[in-house]
Amino acid sequence: MKKVKLNIDGKEVEAEEGKTLLEAARAAGIDIPTLCYNEKLAPYGVCRFCTVEISKGGRSRLVVSCIYNVEEGLTVKTATPKVIKIRKMLLELMLASSPILLETAKQYGIDKPRFQSEVTQCILCGQCVRYCAEVKGANAITFVGRGVNRRVAFVDEVVAKGVCMDCRQCYGLCPTGKIPRETDGAYFEGIKVSDVISRKKTK
Amino acid sequence: MAKLKSPADLEKKRKEILSQRDPNKPCVTICSGTGCHALGSDKVAEAFVSAISQNGLKARVDVRRTGCHGFCERGPVVVIFPEGTCYLGVKPADVPEVVSKTLVDKQLVERLLYKDSSGKTLAHEGDIPFYKFQSRIVFGNNTRIDPKNIDDYIALGGYAALAKSLFKMTPQKVMDEVKRSNLRGRGGGGFPAGVKWETTRDAPGDIKYVIVNADEGDPGAFMDRSLLEGNPHSVLEGLIIGAYAIGSHEGFIYVRQEYPLAVENTAKALEQARKYGLLGKNILGSGFDFDVKIHRGAGAFVSGESSALMTAIEGKVGEPRPKYIRTAVSGIWERPSNLNNVETWATVPLIIDRGSDWFTSIGTKGSKGTKIFSLVGKVNNTGLVEVPMGMKLRDIIYNIGGGIRQNKKFKAVQTGGPSGGCLPESLLDLPVDFDELTKAGSMMGSGGMIVMDEDTCMVDVARYFLNFLSDESCGKCVPCRAGIEQMVEILNRICAGKGKPGDIELLEEISEVTRDASLCALGQTAPNPVLSTIKYFKDEYKAHIERQKCPAGVCKALTSFYILPDKCQACQICLKNCPVEAISGGKNLVHIIDQAKCTKCGTCYEVCPERFSAVAKISGEPVPTPVPAGTEVVRKKGQQG
Repeated sequence: MKKVKLNIDGKEVEAEEGKTLLEAARAAGIDIPTLCYNEKLAPYGVCRFCTVEISKGGRSRLVVSCIYNVEEGLTVKTATPKVIKIRKMLLELMLASSPILLETAKQYGIDKPRFQSEVTQCILCGQCVRYCAEVKGANAITFVGRGVNRRVAFVDEVVAKGVCMDCRQCYGLCPTGKIPRETDGAYFEGIKVSDVISRKKTK
Repeated sequence: MAKLKSPADLEKKRKEILSQRDPNKPCVTICSGTGCHALGSDKVAEAFVSAISQNGLKARVDVRRTGCHGFCERGPVVVIFPEGTCYLGVKPADVPEVVSKTLVDKQLVERLLYKDSSGKTLAHEGDIPFYKFQSRIVFGNNTRIDPKNIDDYIALGGYAALAKSLFKMTPQKVMDEVKRSNLRGRGGGGFPAGVKWETTRDAPGDIKYVIVNADEGDPGAFMDRSLLEGNPHSVLEGLIIGAYAIGSHEGFIYVRQEYPLAVENTAKALEQARKYGLLGKNILGSGFDFDVKIHRGAGAFVSGESSALMTAIEGKVGEPRPKYIRTAVSGIWERPSNLNNVETWATVPLIIDRGSDWFTSIGTKGSKGTKIFSLVGKVNNTGLVEVPMGMKLRDIIYNIGGGIRQNKKFKAVQTGGPSGGCLPESLLDLPVDFDELTKAGSMMGSGGMIVMDEDTCMVDVARYFLNFLSDESCGKCVPCRAGIEQMVEILNRICAGKGKPGDIELLEEISEVTRDASLCALGQTAPNPVLSTIKYFKDEYKAHIERQKCPAGVCKALTSFYILPDKCQACQICLKNCPVEAISGGKNLVHIIDQAKCTKCGTCYEVCPERFSAVAKISGEPVPTPVPAGTEVVRKKGQQG
């Protein structure tokens, strides 16, 4: 594999072509915080928490490091004021629906939520959905709805077949602990597809 | 229908069609675009068919149902050729008179003609200001073509540009011509089409796709719809030419299911083109194969974004992909896929036919050719207008649009749909092109142009667009999903009079992150309506927040209606029309609104006769104490109660 050289936070880093900035940084001992990233799964790039500032030839731009691939001569800055501002705001936005993130938020100097939303305790990182599809091959969890109505839900028929009862591998993936907390029963009450859909209809 | 096997066959076909058509034979064209259709053009067309037959003119007059003519405000539109006599607002009851007077006696029906402000009638389409100031190079043939009949398109020289491309030009030459024309994408971003084509052509992979983006979804925009409905072959011809230049043999037309007529006419066009050998294997005997499938969209605004659209074509949920590789390189099934908007494709045959020099002679330095706009809102002449790039906003709104309705004051024009921005009066002389609009904080987008008057609340406008985007966000990434949600929350509270100091800054703070961190263009441009209204109409935000005042009197929570006792003439019109019976009073008695009952629907304000103007909108100050019940009105001189 061809190697490329780039600079991450002032450190000269060598990485294999095709690796992401996040992989290259972590291999070099530089941590970039993530929420939806899971090394067992294909990068998803939706929490935007791993946003970094890159520049090449005088032009700089913001990219998510879990998706953007390494490039020869690239300068990467993982914690510029702009990047920190973005991460802070993203946390505040997530905090509105997932107050459970308050401890994480405190690390960014956020003591008190500024925003409010319906509390779901789910940041829609999709690790459960993707793990179930990509690793387990069961497709028992899915996204339902769009926009602010987007939810994660268990596909009832599959659940009924008992796939989930014997697996429970998504329990440990959930960054807010919602799944183990709310599915701690036989029938995953409250987060079934049919429930989500009927709830939306009666709204 | 025999297949055309060479350019000579196509030319022969064209001559054959023309030989069967007498250019002097009268032809009644009835606009059957969506606007006129809704106004009853179907019945008008039927009335023409029967009146013509009753007058024994069936063999001597043609009747043609065409696509949208553009002047939707005054539909149903009827144009009678060869004279080009234009009748507006035609009803079935008018038809017998039109037939006997215009078709038989060759006289005009004055009352159906356009009247200018001085009352002078204008008989010809080209003389009407709405049309006179336009350059309808892409849209103009809509008035002459029955979209369900390929012969109409061929008669006007249709598919000649395809024949020229296939037989007189190499794919490289076609590509060069389009690049030289500097045709920029009409769907939103304005990326040079030729450069995109080249990227797809040069991307590795044998299988490449070309796609028409007809997922038009901006509120108030309907130009792509009308073009696809009214002249589907122009779009198809452009697509085939593009496929030839790129080396693609398979294409898609992604059209939203909510556009049934566009779906129907496009399907018919594909079928007819196949029968003529203009689509499918060995097109016109050139050896070039290309075919097209229609993909009907399920009506999600975000599916107009290129990667979301391609994901939808693959059969998955139409959500954008967070990849840093262009769809031109890796699109449908990770194959190079070139996506252009309806209007962009329809412009291609013109460039090939007349050359890039002709095309670049129209427009501004950076934006060539024309652009079709949906001119809507508080303007007198709403409809579709095609103008050369660089025309001033003022000229579009006042010369073509005929100015603001009811002589009200212009306040803003919103361009570019939900991703665009609102421009104030001080920018009315801005030349409309891709770069100027972007510089001013708005964008060209697909060409929506919503004119707003003094009765529009700009905070409410921002709220409307953000609400739309909140509904349409796919919800995949945090800054778009939650950022827009919180911006809507803040705008809601400002409009409700509960805005807090710092809310403007907070909106700007969220906007910055939503713009910088969102996954796709929907989120990245979502703050534009907020930022542009803050930039140009900050006073209105401040009035809402600091003084609980909605200057335009739109926000219900901040507005009250009050009947001025010295002006009320006790006509009882408001009293009878109030839907919640909040108005008391009677004959000769001043009417009084019970503020506790009033729902602020504004009906009293609208129905109060202009000569009285007795209903006032009050915002930002207390409603005066009403006069005691039973107070008699002060009669104006010469007014009867």
